[in-house]
Amino acid sequence: MGSYVPSGMSERAEMLQKIGVSSIEELYAAVPAEMLVKDLKLPQGKSELEVSGEMTAISEKNKVFKTILRGAGAYDHYIPAIVKSVTSKEQLVTAYTPYQAEISQGILQSIFEYQTMICSLTGMDVSNASVYDGATAMAESVAMCKERKKTKAYISATVNPQYLEVVRTYCSAAGTDLTVIPEKDGKTDIEALKAAMGADAACFLSQQPNFYGIMEDCTALAEATHAAGAKYVLCCNPISLAICKTPAEYGADVAVGEGQPLGMPIAFGGPYLGFMATKTAMQRKLPGRIVGETVDVEGKRGFVLTLQAREQHIRREKASSNICSNQALCALTASVYLSAMGEGGLKQAAKLCTSKAHYFASELTKIEGVELVYDAPYFHEFVTTLPKSAEVLSALENAGILGGLETEKGVLWCVTEKVSKAELDRAVAIVKEVLA
Amino acid sequence: MKLIFERGNEGQALCLMPACDVPEVTLEGFEREGKLYLPHVSENELSRHYTEIAKRVHGVNDGFYPLGSCTMKYNPKVNEEAAALPGFVGVHPLQGDKNSQGCLEVLYKIEESLAEISGMDNVTLQPAAGAHGEFTGLLLIKSYLESIGATNRKKIIVPDSAHGTNPASAVMCGFEIVNIPSGADGCVDLEALSGAVGEDTAGLMLTNPNTVGVFDKNILEITKIVHDAGGLCYYDGANLNAVMGVVRPGDMGFDCIHFNLHKTFSTPHGGGGPGSGPVGCKAFLAPFLPGIRVNKKPCGCYTSGKAEKSFGEVKAFGGNFLVVVKALTYILTLGKEGIPEAAKNAVLNANYMQACLKDDFDLAYDVICMHEFVLTLDKFHKETGISALDLAKGLLDHGIHPPTMYFPLIVHEALMIEPTETEPKEMLDEAVAVFKELKKLAYENPQALHDAPVKTPVRRLDDVRAARTPVLRYNFE
Amino acid sequence: MNNPKELLYTKSHEWLKKNEDGTAYVGLTDFAQSELGDLVFVNLPAEGDPVTADEAFADVESVKAVSDVNSPVTATVVAVNDEVADQPALINETPYDAWLIQVTDIEDTAELLSAEEYEAFVENQ
Repeated sequence: MGSYVPSGMSERAEMLQKIGVSSIEELYAAVPAEMLVKDLKLPQGKSELEVSGEMTAISEKNKVFKTILRGAGAYDHYIPAIVKSVTSKEQLVTAYTPYQAEISQGILQSIFEYQTMICSLTGMDVSNASVYDGATAMAESVAMCKERKKTKAYISATVNPQYLEVVRTYCSAAGTDLTVIPEKDGKTDIEALKAAMGADAACFLSQQPNFYGIMEDCTALAEATHAAGAKYVLCCNPISLAICKTPAEYGADVAVGEGQPLGMPIAFGGPYLGFMATKTAMQRKLPGRIVGETVDVEGKRGFVLTLQAREQHIRREKASSNICSNQALCALTASVYLSAMGEGGLKQAAKLCTSKAHYFASELTKIEGVELVYDAPYFHEFVTTLPKSAEVLSALENAGILGGLETEKGVLWCVTEKVSKAELDRAVAIVKEVLA
Repeated sequence: MKLIFERGNEGQALCLMPACDVPEVTLEGFEREGKLYLPHVSENELSRHYTEIAKRVHGVNDGFYPLGSCTMKYNPKVNEEAAALPGFVGVHPLQGDKNSQGCLEVLYKIEESLAEISGMDNVTLQPAAGAHGEFTGLLLIKSYLESIGATNRKKIIVPDSAHGTNPASAVMCGFEIVNIPSGADGCVDLEALSGAVGEDTAGLMLTNPNTVGVFDKNILEITKIVHDAGGLCYYDGANLNAVMGVVRPGDMGFDCIHFNLHKTFSTPHGGGGPGSGPVGCKAFLAPFLPGIRVNKKPCGCYTSGKAEKSFGEVKAFGGNFLVVVKALTYILTLGKEGIPEAAKNAVLNANYMQACLKDDFDLAYDVICMHEFVLTLDKFHKETGISALDLAKGLLDHGIHPPTMYFPLIVHEALMIEPTETEPKEMLDEAVAVFKELKKLAYENPQALHDAPVKTPVRRLDDVRAARTPVLRYNFE
Repeated sequence: MNNPKELLYTKSHEWLKKNEDGTAYVGLTDFAQSELGDLVFVNLPAEGDPVTADEAFADVESVKAVSDVNSPVTATVVAVNDEVADQPALINETPYDAWLIQVTDIEDTAELLSAEEYEAFVENQ
């Protein structure tokens, strides 16, 4: 049996003597005897060598694709070596939430730096220290926007369907009325949005690029939302922000998104990183932890958790969010990633994504029967028709390529900077061969 | 120390991205206008920056970490290695069951183990943290009550000693809160509970052992009172480390539970997350579960699906998967004997420390404790002027992470101490000696404690200034 | 304690100053501010909002706590003190000048104490 208990039998005996009991079981005297577990039905414990072997064997039952042309919320980007090196540092991995500021300056400063970089990416004034993922970031934003007379939420049908599901769960839980604004040609139907929102509209949520990879006219969406007196929440891809308009430039009030592309592996869906940022006017509405700069008694710069009276441990049932643990190590990962990439590196990654996606789309659509479903600008994902899609995707899989995702509208492809032109050409060749 | 933005020079960068090997495309009409301010450092500067950052952090490996309610146990290295296996990190969450058999097996196995440890029937791994688990568990309760037409049941009962997340989660689920006072022993006051339940009761949220570290001996009666009134019982798993493998929440009468894998099951806290807050439930709640439901076929292969009446999703994909991998590694290592052994030694360590300190400090409740106990420095504060906060700051100069301060709210000047099972007696003895030394100092030279800490990278910080004039990011201009 | 004689007080530590024009100012007592410590934020209602006697109309935050502020009267808010919203420290420094809201159309009042009665009440706390 494996064990991480350091005390031996003689120490345990000494401790029991000090306590004044004769066995550890006596310490459980308050537990009704009939309730004590007699036989826990778990396997025997194992040595590290055995466990390591077992976990490796389980992991090998998964297929790891060399080339990934699928996104839909989980994006396979290159992770610089320095990112893994920094984020595996023992202190950073094993520390708790930085409640004791004097011995947590490292964590606090790293969060302050993270907040700065998220503000820089989104163009916003204030960022929190993270939430669970992009979907919950979107869901949490609704509570930020609700006011006494503004209670209804609106969301575009073009957002990632999983995000929509999560927003729906949060809204339904809190009794918030949520309306889905339909899509038109792969984009939010702006006329439907204008018609739907009344004086009681609290917010409208959309995504850029949207689930189909399409860049929408978010300036118009922001204007329509503001015309109804509501807040505009924009969920965005952080890599795209290196070269694309920021949520602030579109006029959004709250920027949220999935931070996974910033140095986190796809890892079967988590842990990822939800980021949230807003304008100063709404800073006290942000859920979760926020780090602020201050000074110590000697005037030296330092960092603390601040604006804490917003949070559940103080406000309890009056808090607008229950979030406590967040994704701090993932936020650190994003900071190290962004620091390593720098302005130039991130822009290059974004350009590679969009250029390669467009190259791949142009090559694919040269094949008979494969066409772009939407005639609209896109970032690094796009939807095509694909005859014999099951057969094609299976042929790609056999060649170590994870093809696009089948959706109701067609196959949703994604290309990141990791995929070389040669790999794209090979994928095109396979599709061509199956459809020939 | 400098901020990362204050290092390096404009134009400096790592060489990470290749040149473009396809025709370059620009997204006309969508170009970013504002300058993108990001650090501009060499790899060496970047690496040193974070080494310096790491030196200014107290992790579990840096010393004793008796932070009550947080279970800061040692985080085994083999867990980290398992979570870094290429066969896990490289799996796309939407690559289909056929290509994800290993991941599904992880979910299946840990669901089985957690169900057995908690005495529940099913477990979802989707919630990302304890509070997220509370939200999920309460929605299970709500969905069930709606399914039987009991929509009048709108109230969740929460003891005044509860974690703040309990009432906050309940309100997010549209419930109203009924706070009930704790008895003089810190446990549930049965009369208060009986008076609080009724036709509008949806359920009760409780930790057991509770937040003062005591196992509520009336637990069967408590859950019966709630059930008899038609409500359900929610177990907050924050304190599961005291009882895992020894006594099961399911056998105490609870209907659902959340686990904190980042506490009880040794996955690290990462400076605040990611955690993982799976939710277990009895079979009658299982049809409403969110997330990925995994089935094992006779052939030994796994399939994924949704629960038949699932209330929806609380997160994208299946949860903080790599955290789950770490917890499974831990459970496989400890096994059927190791799990209760860990709990028992956590309780032994806490009682030993309590016994060593009780002559020098007042215990909030002078009874056998579970995995943690609470000191009250109320009298001490009046005598010396030294508060729980001052004592905590004194501990910092001795390389000890302070206990949880001012929680639970029902204890004045509280210090909540949870040593965990992975500390040797030698460490506990050293810490006890430090506590006693600080007590002596409080009477002889209290100013020294008011001034503490002095050995840390910064001294006490001005929280009021931070909140009155918030500076929440670096200003590049 | 120096609680102005011309004001009325509640047991939840608010003061009420009646004006000749029928309106009134509401603020927090010196005792309240000293118990709360350094205030960092004040969350005030909007002009035109109704307030109800003995019910919360605002909350004030210190670094580690948040407290409701109850209204001594049932009335309508005609003005909020933006200066206090910008500088919550004013409540700590000059609690009897730092009014939070001005109300009109007073319909009902909570149990109100004179300065002397309030001081006696605080003594017994």
